[in-house]
Amino acid sequence: MSIIVDKLNYIYSPGTAYQKHALKDINLEILDGEFIGLIGHTGSGKSTFIQHLNGLIKATSGGIYYNGENIYDAGFNMKSLRSKVGLVFQYPEHQLFETTVFKDVCFGPRNQGLDELQVELRAYEALKMVGIDNDLLDASPFELSGGQKRRVAIAGVLAMKPEVLILDEPTAGLDPKGRDEILEQIAKLHTESKLTIILVSHSMEDVAKYVDRLIVMNRGEIAFNDTPREVFGHYKELERIGLAAPQVTYVMNELRKRGIPVSIKATTVEEAKQEILRVMKQ
Amino acid sequence: MIRDITIGQYYPVDSLLHKLDPRVKLIGTILYIFSLFAFSNYYGYIVAAVFLFSIIKLSKVPLKFILRGLKAVVVLFVFTATFNLFLTPGTTIFEYGFIKITIEGIITAVLMTIRLTFLILGSSLMTFTTTPNNLTDGLESLLNPLKKIKVPVHEISMMMSIALRFIPILMEETDKIMKAQMARGADFETGGLVKRAKSLIPLLVPLFVSAFRRANDLAMAMEARCYRGGEGRTKMKPLKYTRRDILAFLVLMLYIAALVVINRL
Amino acid sequence: MGIIKAKNLLFEYIRRDEEGNVESINRAIDDVNIDVKKGDFVAVLGHNGSGKSTLAKHINALLVPTEGTLWFKDMNTTEEANLWLIRQSAGMVFQNPDNQIVASVVEEDVAFGPENLGVPTKDIWTRVEDSLNAVGMMEYRGHSPNKLSGGQKQRVAIAGIMAMKPECIVLDEPTAMLDPNGRKEVIRTVKELNEKEKVTVILITHYMEEVIFADKVYVMDEGKVVMEGTPRDIFSKVAELKSYRLDVPQVTELAYELKNSGLAIPDGILTTDEFVDAICKLRQ
Repeated sequence: MSIIVDKLNYIYSPGTAYQKHALKDINLEILDGEFIGLIGHTGSGKSTFIQHLNGLIKATSGGIYYNGENIYDAGFNMKSLRSKVGLVFQYPEHQLFETTVFKDVCFGPRNQGLDELQVELRAYEALKMVGIDNDLLDASPFELSGGQKRRVAIAGVLAMKPEVLILDEPTAGLDPKGRDEILEQIAKLHTESKLTIILVSHSMEDVAKYVDRLIVMNRGEIAFNDTPREVFGHYKELERIGLAAPQVTYVMNELRKRGIPVSIKATTVEEAKQEILRVMKQ
Repeated sequence: MIRDITIGQYYPVDSLLHKLDPRVKLIGTILYIFSLFAFSNYYGYIVAAVFLFSIIKLSKVPLKFILRGLKAVVVLFVFTATFNLFLTPGTTIFEYGFIKITIEGIITAVLMTIRLTFLILGSSLMTFTTTPNNLTDGLESLLNPLKKIKVPVHEISMMMSIALRFIPILMEETDKIMKAQMARGADFETGGLVKRAKSLIPLLVPLFVSAFRRANDLAMAMEARCYRGGEGRTKMKPLKYTRRDILAFLVLMLYIAALVVINRL
Repeated sequence: MGIIKAKNLLFEYIRRDEEGNVESINRAIDDVNIDVKKGDFVAVLGHNGSGKSTLAKHINALLVPTEGTLWFKDMNTTEEANLWLIRQSAGMVFQNPDNQIVASVVEEDVAFGPENLGVPTKDIWTRVEDSLNAVGMMEYRGHSPNKLSGGQKQRVAIAGIMAMKPECIVLDEPTAMLDPNGRKEVIRTVKELNEKEKVTVILITHYMEEVIFADKVYVMDEGKVVMEGTPRDIFSKVAELKSYRLDVPQVTELAYELKNSGLAIPDGILTTDEFVDAICKLRQ
């Protein structure tokens, strides 16, 4: 099972003054069960790209194959694709509309045409998965805290039982603790519920801890596609395209420049700590 | 889809028309619209057309761009044309059941379409060449006398300019929420009227919530920047008539005069 | 006395039901005392809901205290007569860049404040130009705000405040909705204004990297000021910060972790350079 993106191109408003080649020849394979970080600055095309993966935007040319089926084929069931590839938009709490948390989460599965029992079961499960307590089920979604609202919104997509979960900047606007909680929750979905996850972020530091693979986009193209360690090794190129590696990458490189024989491969604080301790004990 | 509508947009180029005082353009547009329904013979159409197309030329807005605005109102055109076509009495040239087409009907339909086209082109030209803020400034200034009868002219124009600033933002937001709900399986396109209206709830509720939040934020930001109504307010760009505005008024008078003369022919 | 002084400040959000009976009371600020020196760059840290935004709104009298007093330049914010003087002199920049820009053209938005103050037209133009230059947005003066990036919009908002010639700018999480580049852009601008124009800055945030060069940091939790000191003082207490749902920059955390593992690294490392120097010293 996989998603294969083949020479995908997207041109925004063709033939007008606003024409923009937003995605250029994107080739990519996303395997089942991967945890992928998608990084790029605003306007790099990352948000446009993820909306292709569940068919919300149709490519100008090229193809996307979901489990071997071309999603642009005439008979392809787009609606079922949207439930298999769950997409959580930026500030997803802005889409909440129902009178209670529980009802809001029911919206997705109900649209899938499931019977009421199934709908409620799924909503219940999804809310549990994101750590929303039972006593909040009947609360109005508008009364929750920012972090809680966001979880409810994520549950709204999870309730559709997607195989792939794409999250666009799920930590935007949250405080450090709230950010860590959401990221941990997402990591849990990956390990426990075996979801394939694509995490879109501005922050290298956020994703470094969790993802197996990093895809860096720049000006509608894929600039890097590798393990975080390899990608951060190119920190100078990353800076050139307006991004930066995590601070520890700079620390390790600087130490090395000053003659301290550390390996520059550390990507997290924990790894850096172990590496420095190893060298300092020599 | 929404982006295709060009009516009401500002087209940023530097032309004589862009530089004119918005009050001149407002008055001019209103006069032009009235003039379209005032003349009674074919020469009138020629004068109105010559006037319109010279102004378009002066505005430096590409004709293609202006014409695109007509697309949005095609339905209206078809509607009025059909109405005129079938309901005008006169010499019948085609009859089928209760449907009757007359020569007079054809002529009225054609003329009506021309008038409407001119009307739309003329008024959209005003918005193409005037920034929304400039336009509301002009409106505020023209309506100023109404302040005496306690019409909140300043507040109305402030509301209009804020509305104009937030329309594109809310449009983008609509697009975003729509997509977010579609990602949750929402269907805005199929089904009967009732089902479709119902399907709008997941779009409208978040949109209202967001609009209220924005309004709240904006009110606070305005207050923090010492906004307290029109009293004692100065302007960065106060409206002042210049020589070219007077010239424009003269041209306008000339146009009206020409129409009056022609109407007598 | 400093430019801003709060004494036993207390603020309660009171929710009432339809009959006007008190339904719930939420104490957003609880006995806060602060004293800000003129010209300082002060940061207020705190997680969402810690009361830091409520405190910010007290500084320019958008909110007035339930109990206690806040003085801005010796003016009590509860006195109606001071209201507009305070608001002119304590400008405020908010979180959402879109929701604070009033006009559809950059320069016209910057003019909004001076227009409200009744500044003569000629002076408005100089003020607008000076402020746009100060934030480096002069070349965008004729643009629509909708076409700008988040960071640029915030700089326009800052210019709009600067055009009112304030002595103090309060920025309420100005970078929360921006990407890393936009964040840097805004912080750089604010820092420059503080240094060159000598504007007192109150920066409300939860991004630690933004406060390392502040003169003073206040940390808030549950409406109270729970920590106060220089960034170095504050960041040497990593565990305490974490208990308030906050974080420290990666180097600070790394230094702290290494220290706990027995390396003799000084407290409160704030930058990569400091860290590398400390390690190099240890190796010698």
